[in-house]
This record gives sequence, C-alpha cells and structure tokens, in this order.
Amino acid sequence: MSDWEVVVGLEIHAQLATKSKIFSGAATAYGAAPNSQASLVDLAYPGVLPVLNAEAVRMAVKFGLSIGAEVARRSIFARKNYFYPDLPKGYQISQYEDPVVKRGSLKIVLDDGSVKTIGITRAHLEEDAGKSLHEGLAHASGIDLNRAGTPLLEIVSEPDMRSAKEAVAYMKKVHTLVRYLEICDGNMQEGSFRCDANVSVRPRGQEKFGTRAEIKNLNSFRFVEKAIQYEVARQIELIESGGKVLQETRLYDSDKHETRSMRSKEEANDYRYFPDPDLLPLEIDPAFVAQVRTSLPELPDEKAARFAADFGLSPYDAGVLSASRELGAYFEAVVAKAGPSHAKLAANWVMGELSSALNRDGLDIDASRVAPQALAGLLARIVDQTISGKIAKDVFEAMWSEGGDADSIIAAKGLKQISDSGAIDAAIDAVMAANPAQLAEYRSGKDKLFGFFVGQVMKATQGKANPAQLNELLKAKLGGP
Amino acid sequence: MLHNRSIGELADLLAKKQVSSVELTRHFLDRIERLNPALNAVITPTAELGLAAAAVADRRRSSGEAAPLLGIPLIHKDIFCTHGVRTSCGSRMLDNFIAPYDATVVERLSVAGAVMLGKANMDEFAMGSSNETSFYGPVKNPWDTSKVPGGSSGGSAAATAARLAPFATGTDTGGSIRQPAALTGITGLKPTYGRVSRYGMIAFASSLDQAGVFARSAADVAIVLQAMAGFDPKDSTSVDVPVPDYGAALDRPLKGLRIGLLAEFFTGLEARNRALIENALQVYRRLGAVTVEVSLPHLPLSVPTYYVVAPAECSSNLSRFDGVRFGYRCDDPKDLKDLYCRSRGEGFGAEVKRRIMTGTYVLSAGYFDAYYLKAQKVRQLITDEFRAAFTQVDVLIGPTTPTPAFAIGAKVDDPITMYLNDIYTIGANLAGLPGLSMPCGLIDGLPMGLQLIGPHFSEERLLNAAHQYQMASDWHSLAPRGYE
Repeated sequence: MSDWEVVVGLEIHAQLATKSKIFSGAATAYGAAPNSQASLVDLAYPGVLPVLNAEAVRMAVKFGLSIGAEVARRSIFARKNYFYPDLPKGYQISQYEDPVVKRGSLKIVLDDGSVKTIGITRAHLEEDAGKSLHEGLAHASGIDLNRAGTPLLEIVSEPDMRSAKEAVAYMKKVHTLVRYLEICDGNMQEGSFRCDANVSVRPRGQEKFGTRAEIKNLNSFRFVEKAIQYEVARQIELIESGGKVLQETRLYDSDKHETRSMRSKEEANDYRYFPDPDLLPLEIDPAFVAQVRTSLPELPDEKAARFAADFGLSPYDAGVLSASRELGAYFEAVVAKAGPSHAKLAANWVMGELSSALNRDGLDIDASRVAPQALAGLLARIVDQTISGKIAKDVFEAMWSEGGDADSIIAAKGLKQISDSGAIDAAIDAVMAANPAQLAEYRSGKDKLFGFFVGQVMKATQGKANPAQLNELLKAKLGGP
Repeated sequence: MLHNRSIGELADLLAKKQVSSVELTRHFLDRIERLNPALNAVITPTAELGLAAAAVADRRRSSGEAAPLLGIPLIHKDIFCTHGVRTSCGSRMLDNFIAPYDATVVERLSVAGAVMLGKANMDEFAMGSSNETSFYGPVKNPWDTSKVPGGSSGGSAAATAARLAPFATGTDTGGSIRQPAALTGITGLKPTYGRVSRYGMIAFASSLDQAGVFARSAADVAIVLQAMAGFDPKDSTSVDVPVPDYGAALDRPLKGLRIGLLAEFFTGLEARNRALIENALQVYRRLGAVTVEVSLPHLPLSVPTYYVVAPAECSSNLSRFDGVRFGYRCDDPKDLKDLYCRSRGEGFGAEVKRRIMTGTYVLSAGYFDAYYLKAQKVRQLITDEFRAAFTQVDVLIGPTTPTPAFAIGAKVDDPITMYLNDIYTIGANLAGLPGLSMPCGLIDGLPMGLQLIGPHFSEERLLNAAHQYQMASDWHSLAPRGYE
C-alpha cells in the first residue's frame, strides 16, 4: 500500500435551508406526503417559468465569503439536459461555466496535529431532482416531486485529499461550516448533506493523476470513509494485477461495503449544457456582498482560535468546543457564569460528562437537560471544595435525571464534602483500629497499602472526605505517633 | 356591421348601451360557427365561458366601469394556457391537456374585461410559417382558402382577418405574428422581448418568444397592448420599464421621422413588392418623414443563426413532454425508454421532431462551439448592428415577407424554402426588437405587409407611425371577400 498515493476530491451537495424552492414558491420541508409540495413550476407544466429565490443566492454568497472565495459578479444558470422521470423538465437548472463562488479553501487538522489547506474549486447553485419510488407498487414506479427544485449548493473541492481520513475531515469541516452559517441543516439521513467522491491512486512520487472513479451519493461520514477505503484497495489491487482503472461512475453499497460500477465514461450522458434562456445572468452587486459579509457569524476557526487564546484551551479542546455554534455558545455560557479562570474545568465538563450524557440520550446540545447556568453552579461547588470531582459526577447525574440545581441536590443528599479535620481524623482512627493487620504491614514498609486506607476512609465517609485533606491527615497518622 | 367596427367604436357602443357584451359575444360566436369551418382558424370555441364572461363584463359596465376592453371579445392563440380549457399548442402531445392556470397575458386581458371566444389554431408548438404543421389541420387564408394564412399564429391572423373577433393574441419567435398578419392583411405587433410576460405561454425558443397582438388597425393594437404589457414577477425575462400610454402617442405628427431603409431588405426584392413599399414610403414622405439608407452587413445571416438558436432552445424546452405527468402517453409502454420514445414519437409531428433533432445536434459535445456558440456570436453582431443603425434612424421600414400567401402544400416538403419565408422578420427576434406589420397593398389580389422595426421599447413610436400611415391610407380597412 505504501507505494501508492491516494488522491480524493469531493463534490458536496448541501441542501440550502430556504423556506421555499430555488425557482418556485413551493415549500421545502422534508417528509410531506408525496407531491404535496410540488407546484406547477416543480411539475414542469407547460408555460411555467423559473424565478430565482434571492435567499438561496444570499446563502451561496455567505458560503463563498466564509471560505475566502471570489463571489462572481456575474454567474450563469445553465441547463443540464437528460431524461429521467424524477427530473420533470428534462433538464436540471445548474451552473456550469460560470459558478457563483470561485476559488476558496478550508483548513483541516490532520492526525499529527498539522494543518492542511484544502482548495475549493467552486460552489454553484442548482436544483435538486425528485425521487423515484420503487417500493410498494406492483409493476409501476412512483415519483415524488417534493424534493424537485430544492436548492442545492454544490461544493467542489480540488483533488487535495490524500486519504479517506482527510476526506472525512474535510467533509466534517464543510458540514460544521454550513451549519454555522445556518445555510444547511446538515441532516445527512434526510439527504440534506451528501457527497460524491472522486477517487484515484498513483505511484508515490508520480505527478500525473491516476484515472479516477466517481462514487455517487455518500450520505454519512462513515460511508465516505468506507467507500474510499474500499475503492482505493480495489484500484490498487486492479493495477497490481495488471488491470487498468476505468473512468466511471460507481455506486457504494452500504450493506456490503463495496462499490459497484454504475456507468462507464462511454455510457455517460452528453448533457448538452447551455445557458438557461428563462433566467437572466445572476448579477451580484458588491454592496450586497459587503452587506452579507457583515452578517457573517464568527466562523469555526475564528472561534477556536479565540477559545485557545482567551481561555488557554488546547487546540484540540478549542476545536471540539467550536465544532458547532450551539456547543460553542453553551460552553461560553458556562464560562460566563463560572469565570474565565475556570474555563479549562468547564471545557472538561462540557466535553466529558455533558457530551456523554447527550450522546447517551441522543439529544442535541440545545436540548440539554442541564442548562449552562446549572452546570456552572455545579462547577462552582467543585472550585470551592464543597464537593469533590467524583461526587460532582453523581450530582451531575442527579441534575440530569431529576433536574434541580447543584446546591439543592448536595444539600438534599448530604453530599457536602467533609473538610472538617476532626471528622476526618475520627474516621481515620476508626479505620486504623478496625484494620490492625494492614496497619502493621503498612508500617513495616508496604507503602502500597496507602490506597487501601484511603478507600476505607472514603467508604466510611460515603466519599465525602476532602481528598487532599484526607491524604495529608492519613499520611501523618499512618506514619505513627 | 358590428364585426367591422374598431375596438374603440365597440367600446363606445358598449358604453352607450347600444349593444351589450353578451350581444357582441353572440354576434362573433355566430360568425365563428358559420365561417370557421371553411377556415379552421378556431380549434376550441369557448362559447359558454365567453357568454359568462360577457355577462360579467356587462355587469361591470353597468356598475360604472369603463375600461377600453371591457366586454370586447377576443381569440387566444392556443399557445397560451387558459384555466380549465384545452391548451393544445397545435399538437397531439397536448390534445388532452386542460391547463390548470391562466397565462399572464390571458389573466391581464381577462382582468381588463376582454371576453374569450375560443382558442386559435397554430403551427405545432409554434414551429412553422404556414400553419400546416398543426395536429388540427391547416388554417385557410380568408383571402383565398387554397392559400396558407402564414404561421405560426395562422389561426389568430385568419380569425382576425375574417372578422371572427375584433382582435386576437399571437406569439412571434421568428415572425409568427408579423408574417401571418402580412399574409392576411391585418396589423400585427411583436413587442420588444420582455415587454409582455411569457408566463403561461408554452415555450418554443425562450430567448426569442414574445407575445403580441393581431387587430385590424394600429389604434386597436395600441388598446390591446396597453392591457398586455408590463413587468411580471413570474417571468424573469420580463423587463420592469414603465408602460407608456400607447393611445396618447398615436396622433403625434411624423414630421422629421427618420426612416431607415435597410440595403439588405431591398436587394433582390421582387419588383411588385418593392413598388408597394415605395408607395408606402411616399405616404410617409408626405407626412414629413425622411428616408435614410442604412446597412446591417450581418443581417443575411439571421436565418441560419435563428435555425441554430431556436431549435437548440426548443430541444430542451420540449423535453418536459415525456408522457409522464401530462399530455400524450403511448399505449402499454414496455419500459421507461419505450414510454419516452413512443410518447414523443407519436405525440410530436414531423417539423417539431426535425427541430428537436437539429437542436440536440447543435448542442452536442463537439458541435456546440461550431454551431450554438457561433450562432450566439452572430446574434450579438446583428444586435449590435441594429443598435448602431438606430443611432441614425428612428424606425426601419421594409417588407414583411418576400411573397404573398402561397398555396397550401406548396412548401411543406421543402423546409429550407419554408424557413426563408421569415428572412425579413427573424432579425427583430434575434435582437429582441419590436416589429409591426400592416397591410400596404395587394399582389395578385392577396395582401402584402409593410414591416416597421424600432429600437427596444419603441412600441409607442411604431404604433404612432403605423397609425399615421393608416390615417393617410386605407389598405388596413380592406376585408377579404365574404367576410366584410
């Protein structure tokens, strides 16, 4: 494998979160009854005409600005002609030679912590097709045109990725970005965010790209990784056994984890692209671009840099906490209450207990059962040593399952840490008295038994003994009078 | 007789309650019933709807409304979608298609109070210059029923010329209003591209198609255009420029009007045709206009340019007719490909198929640059040359067609000769300019048209110039025998 270099480029389709379709007034909501959201324009009735949705343009501009790309002053909608029942007009309105967004880039962090820039060739606006339904109908196919005309932003990368992992990292980065910008809900199960992967291999050191295969319609990060891995292995094996990779479109079978040929280059459609005469060239005024620029939110990289600088977080933690706007906002709300000097503690809790509780219950951060203020309240009790970190986890669980704030749970369950040295002394004395054999062994040099005594005292105090204090007192007592 | 009255006169009669819209509508429906069988101009009469709309118009009049088209009957070219009424586009493909909505043109005229009498025959999908490609059979020219009325809006033109309605709508992609207007002796206007909404008008070639009007005088055309014109948010190519008062401009004197005579229009022009145009120019000179010779060197390339651009667009526009959602579907399709091939193969006629194939070819990989792209470049050159010419002249005047109406069947087997019929009209479509044709005399007893072409959005000027000519001559009031 090491003799081969993997080359991957992705074409990501992000469904834009507009209320209505890109060229009609029909709604875009997912899951409606078949064809209930298809207007005459979506159904391509005779005589109807497309009218561009300005909101879709604004979203494309937002994306362009956030990847440092050029927003074209003039771009052209073109028709991509082919026949298929889920394509009512017999052509898809897309952008071909003159896309709205040109030449941008995104940075991804590799496993070794280094940063790599992935070029984005272009991003263009287009309409989605409908869906053909083959299940549950005898001797017939159904067509649901609800999705027809849904706005898509197709984001085309340069062939800059060198492994399946890099491809996934890039795709995640784009996923994070489009959700930050609130231009796509990022829902991959519903197909709102999906990609085609162009995959090829070449002998390491060779400049010329190998022949690529395009794997269509990958709608999960895992599938992207698996499909690319499979395809890379397939191509290498093919070449090493004397074969040649064909330029073709392949489909990924997520059950068998393999790719299968769909159509070869020779069978590819001649799409006969030409400018759509029903739509004027899309002219974008620099003043509009400037106005969109001012509306941009803080972007993921900017937020991560700020978290690292202001709160002293590691690049990794800063990256995790800025992965979504909502998570970043939650973290900042905790810090705002707990105080910036406890940001590291807040980060650990948000990424640790809180994230695992969310995962366990399948909740988004917005639906967290523990509000940021409540979490900050819990952290304050750790900081002031009312409870230990360990007890705090129990308190958190109680807050998560029963609600309520940390203080009342601590009071109600009597979890307040014992920092009274008299009480701890007494507990130590009792434990020492109850375990004379261990005490003797310890005193004869078996230091390891220190942990045993800690455990026993903690047990006796239901874990409430202040750990630092306990250590200190125990060490002194065990050492003998 | 009512049917010889102008729209203005009819509106006057309606206002004075000397006639009701219902009576007027009955009068024209009766003429359609009696006279249309010989002409085949109207393929879908809508008597019931028309009478109901007339009754509404009468009620609006009696409640004090007085719009100029309120209660005036019309016929729509069957390319415009009409809610609840078959909209066939002259094709078997849409023989069963009941439009679920009104085209903007239909809606605007309906709001203005015009009363639809029926839908007019046309060349299939507006592809033709003789109205012989219609699924419903050819339209006959009321001046001589062995002759074609021109096309593609042949039904609208023949109906207007035969006084089956005071006016009719049409569309013009390469001459489809002006050429039939010329061949049937009436006035037809193709407005500037973008002046009238294309929404609901079944597309042939989107960058060239424009809706317009047939009537018997420029003054009548002005009244109708007033109601049709204007920006439509549903059509991205419609243009948001104010609509002037066309009627108010009609009476402006023509003194000093600079008429351009295109060298390319006059070389090789048949002598009798040239003489008719010379006579018309004499009228204009008497009215104070001056003539200036101008030249558009690339204009002779307009026919080949058009026959690349228009088929290219139509090959894509007509893809939606696939037998899946509406329109003709073949019996017992074996599979998807069979459904497509037979539905389209059986649903479309020969000329439509010819253009779809031509268009598919010129857009294909390897041919796109040589045909489509080159045609677009020539189109731009022609547009630029027109623009330059209009810095020297106010209006271009020349012939509408090379010859008067030809015999039905004479050119059907020779598409190139048929295409050359539009040699004088296509330029205005390529450049998006307004063009008007009006009668200027007879050759062998058949009407001939004088064509006026103006700069973008100069409909006001064209109508003014046409009206002044019609005030000083009477070719426009000549009726075909049997339809007076």
